Amino acid sequence: MKLRLLLCLVFLASLQSKAQEYFPKNDGVKNPQTNYTVFKNAKIHVSPQEIIENGSFVVKDGKITAIGKSVKEPTNSIVIDLEGNEVYPSFIDLYSSFGVKELKTAQRSNGQPQYQASREGYYWNDHIRPETKAVEVFSYDDKAATSLHKAGFGVVNTHVPDGIIRGTGMLVALNPAGSEGERILKDRSAQYLSFDKSKLSHQSYPTSTMGAMALIRQAYLDANWYEKGKSENKDLALEALNRNKNLTQIFATDNLLDALRAGKIGKEFNINYVILGDGKEYQRMQEIKETGSTFIVPLNFPNAYDIEDPFLAEHLSLEEMKTWNQAPANLKMLAENDIPFTITTHDLNVEKDFRSNLLKAVKYGLNKEDALAALTTTPAKILGEENRLGTLKEGAWANFIITSGDYFDKETSIYENWTQGKRTVINKIKTNDITGNYQLKLEGKDYKLNITGKPEAPKASIKSNDTKLGAKLSFSNNWMNLLLSSPDTTKTAFTRLVAKIGENANEISGTAYLSDGSETRFTATKEVSTKTAEAEEVEENDDEEAKEEELREIMPVSFPNKAYGFSEMPKEEIILFQNATVWTNEKEGIIENTDVLVKNGKISKIGQNLRAGNARVIDATGKHLTSGIIDEHSHIAASAINEAGHNSTAEVSMEDVVDPTDINIYRNLAGGVTTVQLLHGSANPIGGRSAILRLKWGENAEDLIFEDSPKFIKFALGENVKQSNWGSRSRFPQTRMGVEQVFTDYFTRAREYEEARNNDEDFRKDLEMETLVEILNSERFVSAHSYVQSEINMLMKVAENFDFRINTFTHILEGYKVADKMKAHGAGGSTFSDWWAYKYEVNDAIPYNAPIMHSQGIVTAINSDDAEMSRRLNQEAAKSVKYGGVSEEDAWKFVTLNPAKLLHIDDRVGSVKTGKDADLVLWSDNPLSIYAKAEKTLIQGKVFFDIEKDKELREEIQEQRSKIITQMLQAKNKGLKTQPVTKKEEQHIHCNLLEEVH
Amino acid sequence: MKMKYLILLALFACIGNSFAQQTPASKQTEAVTIVGATAHLGNGEIIENSLIIFEDGKITQVMDATETKMQYRGRIIEAEGKHVYPGFIAPNATLGLVEIDAVRATDDEDEIGSMLPHIRSIIAYNAESKIVESMRPNGVLMGQIVPRGGSISGTSSIVQFDAWNWEDAVIKEDDGLHINWPDSFTRGRWWAGEDSGIKVSEDYQEKILKLEEFFASAKAYLAGNNQKTNLAYEAMKNVFTGDKRVYVHVNAKKEILDVIDFKKDQKLEHLVIVGGYEAHKAIEDLKENNIPVLVQRPHDTPNSDDHDYDFPYKLAGILHNQGVLVALESSGSMERMNTRNLPFYAGTTGAYGLGKEEALKLITSNTAKILGIDNMVGTLEKGKTATLFISEGDALDMRGNILTHAFIQGRQVSLDTHQTELYERYKKKYESASK
Repeated sequence: MKLRLLLCLVFLASLQSKAQEYFPKNDGVKNPQTNYTVFKNAKIHVSPQEIIENGSFVVKDGKITAIGKSVKEPTNSIVIDLEGNEVYPSFIDLYSSFGVKELKTAQRSNGQPQYQASREGYYWNDHIRPETKAVEVFSYDDKAATSLHKAGFGVVNTHVPDGIIRGTGMLVALNPAGSEGERILKDRSAQYLSFDKSKLSHQSYPTSTMGAMALIRQAYLDANWYEKGKSENKDLALEALNRNKNLTQIFATDNLLDALRAGKIGKEFNINYVILGDGKEYQRMQEIKETGSTFIVPLNFPNAYDIEDPFLAEHLSLEEMKTWNQAPANLKMLAENDIPFTITTHDLNVEKDFRSNLLKAVKYGLNKEDALAALTTTPAKILGEENRLGTLKEGAWANFIITSGDYFDKETSIYENWTQGKRTVINKIKTNDITGNYQLKLEGKDYKLNITGKPEAPKASIKSNDTKLGAKLSFSNNWMNLLLSSPDTTKTAFTRLVAKIGENANEISGTAYLSDGSETRFTATKEVSTKTAEAEEVEENDDEEAKEEELREIMPVSFPNKAYGFSEMPKEEIILFQNATVWTNEKEGIIENTDVLVKNGKISKIGQNLRAGNARVIDATGKHLTSGIIDEHSHIAASAINEAGHNSTAEVSMEDVVDPTDINIYRNLAGGVTTVQLLHGSANPIGGRSAILRLKWGENAEDLIFEDSPKFIKFALGENVKQSNWGSRSRFPQTRMGVEQVFTDYFTRAREYEEARNNDEDFRKDLEMETLVEILNSERFVSAHSYVQSEINMLMKVAENFDFRINTFTHILEGYKVADKMKAHGAGGSTFSDWWAYKYEVNDAIPYNAPIMHSQGIVTAINSDDAEMSRRLNQEAAKSVKYGGVSEEDAWKFVTLNPAKLLHIDDRVGSVKTGKDADLVLWSDNPLSIYAKAEKTLIQGKVFFDIEKDKELREEIQEQRSKIITQMLQAKNKGLKTQPVTKKEEQHIHCNLLEEVH
Repeated sequence: MKMKYLILLALFACIGNSFAQQTPASKQTEAVTIVGATAHLGNGEIIENSLIIFEDGKITQVMDATETKMQYRGRIIEAEGKHVYPGFIAPNATLGLVEIDAVRATDDEDEIGSMLPHIRSIIAYNAESKIVESMRPNGVLMGQIVPRGGSISGTSSIVQFDAWNWEDAVIKEDDGLHINWPDSFTRGRWWAGEDSGIKVSEDYQEKILKLEEFFASAKAYLAGNNQKTNLAYEAMKNVFTGDKRVYVHVNAKKEILDVIDFKKDQKLEHLVIVGGYEAHKAIEDLKENNIPVLVQRPHDTPNSDDHDYDFPYKLAGILHNQGVLVALESSGSMERMNTRNLPFYAGTTGAYGLGKEEALKLITSNTAKILGIDNMVGTLEKGKTATLFISEGDALDMRGNILTHAFIQGRQVSLDTHQTELYERYKKKYESASK
């Protein structure tokens, strides 16, 4: 009775506030509350670092008014004694969509893609929605709040998770009894962004991450320009973007590479994003740190895979296995590297997994203080709320949890979660403990009753002599209900035992309801437990404890963190290749019995009988040494290929979407490839900018990019840009006639743009036009995907009209028909050796194309456009010997020096010449031979592929696989959750698959 | 009047342009003697300085030229420094069934339906395909033309690549039945919002059962006493007599083991695995059950990041070296135009575990054995059909595969193609411009 009264008072106590209350009341008299609530004798975790043993604090109007070892108790206080319990500040989640209903995907109007925005008065792109306000759609969700309360959360930063720029979020206290007026701590708490499009519009652009990146950049530039009052039309989105500028900017990503990409945009615009990661940050710690961002990290550790079927296990990659193995150590590694982070419940079943996964992270080395900071003080600081949230101090919101002990101890129960002084009971503080072994007497028979587990959630097992009976125990509010099956297995009969438990549970007595409907009394007397009894218990019980997983060995991170990744990156070496046949690609030609010295990443000396000094000597007798293969047309190592949302996408860049984890990098190295041009696809006449990459397997995306890369862009002609081979009929151009006009139109506009820009400081900067101006000024080179002679001729004429040159025609399968014109124009040709017949426009493609272009004096290369062919480009070059009788020396240049020339990097790579980069390949045989194998591939003097090292890596893969499989089998046999095996299929990307326009 | 003129013009354009295919060579009337070449017999043996004679389309002599005092016969081809090979055979090909991948009107490789033993590739085979003629300059002179799709795709036939029409082209009509074995794993339908990864297929067993039921029904039907004709079952007749070999397109180990059981259950005399990516995990079972493998093209990337980068290169070698009968097939992306690279697929296996002469077997004698045409072709041996060619160098290497002569059934076939014609045309254009 007393307890209930106390409860009532506490609830009422917090309704009052110091500020003047102005709401009329019509359902009774005013009910002012001026009482205090005092919490005493608790171990108080004031902050992650500071603990008050046996301390007290005072709460009034939802806030803490005093806290300390001893506090003055006002006379009008309700006192709650927390002896033996602990108090923590409740948790804050920075990334939430709490109280925001899931949006419905917009209806499609017709089968054709939509190119224009659906909205008017807003930005030209529907996926830029900074005007969205979470506060306008928010409604408190009791059910979700309860789950969050149970996990220990008191405040969430919620938003509408939709679109690329998503608008403002709001900070909400999970006050169970308050009004929205009380709960809303901030109505504009942060602005959210992502790379994902809005569900509310089908506007095509952007179709890719690089498009989303370009769009964000352009929106920032446009907002800046708009602010100067230069726009003639109203743009509510840009106005909102300007309004939101000074808020915390939270960038949501779902993979590591995207997180780094967000960091890259942040650096460019001087915005320090708070980045929602995917829990794999540990795989690129250095780069994560360099973003300077605080990371919001989810706790969604993958479950062990279901691999009892060994056939299924085969489908699981080492990468997936390692991710499972390493994920729990992510937070520890972030903390060790001083990367600021907070923890989110995003993507998690909060009630089920949050605490257990957090405890797992602690088990794998995260220290408790860091965990607490990530849930309290760090998010508070990011929100600028460190005085009101995250710590227990005077003036702060009374947001705290009461626990039975250390939060990070598995045995600890969370009793209560208080938000703004309002209580949510999770487990009763005063639960009588009924666990133990009992002698149960029922109807004159003796049974053995064992009750185990947590006091608030006990479990029962019961035996009659040695027969185990079915038993189901429920225990709440100190009432015990125990359902027993009959010892007679031939009968379906149940006995129900009901008893109220007092503080002293040494004897339980109550009423038994028998199966025949009669009632009788029962008693259960606690036995003094003995060791043997306990041992027996553990053995036969398959409850939580038994399921706990052993601490597994965490595999070391490799670069990339998958099969063939390096645990240690290759180092620059001094290497002497002795007695090789050297294909110089210079006037010396192919020279035998020659030594090549590599030093400081460069080719230092070429000659005979060079002194080794301290160099590592490699005997190359009988072997061939060449410069590395260069692929003018590649789509490996990319997270996206096409931005197909517009017919011109000069604003996007492949440099934004480099994927350094693509296994094809390693496979290309094993084929002697050292440099590739990562080209945009051929979905549109004006494609995106290229990335020229060195295949430095293991390094990060930015470091793969060739230093001081010449600037390139992809153009495309013909069937793909006309969208001939699939259903689309609504995008201009649909004919080759239209293709010409696209170029003419864009270049005309670019010329006008340049002129206007040069005469007006406040001119709107347009990233697409800026790129086109570079082309007009010959500062950026064009690589044009092209097939038939008419269109090749056309593009040269268009370029000539605008006074620039097409640098390279790529594919160029009818180049042989217009080789004279190409020569006159000054274009190079990069072609397939023998592809044809896959589309109508390659009906006249011939394998003699390269030899004819070459014979007409065109700089000719052979490219792959395909991850399989690129690792055999040496063989593709050899086809020019067969078809067209090109000399071996010249054929070899088709895949080395000539593409280097086409890419304007022949001053650094492409031949074996003193002073050039040591990008070298040692071949077992003549490199044009079908029997040749690349044995060593060097980039800038570092050995990135070595056929011997490859053998070691294979063994390491097997070793790690079997280790992790054992760990997973153990995990499964402990009854832990498992997940079905899913395997990503590899897909080859090249221009000519119909379903993939490249 | 004007119309007639236009038609005439169009006709001329066709003839003068690229629509003319090479005219098939006529029957061999004169004996041919090739002397002095290195003969690669296709069975692993080499004769350095060889003498090869063929008459009436058959090889009559293969021997060492230094040991013989035989009279050369008929036309003499001096071939010192050159190499002679038996014509290469491309099994599991779709040549002549599709001309241009992207043009649906030219696509005849995949009929609708699932149990289609009665669907016959041979009648759709376009003997005048420009892609077929482009095989010859690379030494690929024969192929097995196979329909695609369905559970039982249909019936293949084996052809030679120099013919006026499909009837002339046939080497062995309706030689094989092609089954696409179900996968025990399926891919999520990403367009339906599912994870695109591979999952355990729930209907794998059911699909096998359907195949078994089809075979059982066909067998019962063929036992007689039927009121009505069932074309699909009729087409199964030769399968049960053993005259039509069964080709099962399958890759993973579990599925391969199930296929082996299927062979036993159905008492099939000749069953061939096509693809066989994991055949190396079932070597003993394959040998025990006498099952050969047509290994998928080695110029492919491994199926998983974890696999050896050179796994597709060496798979055939692994199988061959442990006693499995292996040949190479070339299905996959852009397979028709790529089929001419068959010699280089073999060359690659030569570099990865086999050596040149063993590798050669994988596109000649082994292929012939697997297809059941080894009594006719596949080696340079007395009595075999004179389908062979002369190359400037090693025909398994791009630099050496330069043909000077090719013979099919003793007929010297044209090595010109649509592509060589364009080459000559434009070479001339530039030559005359530079004069």
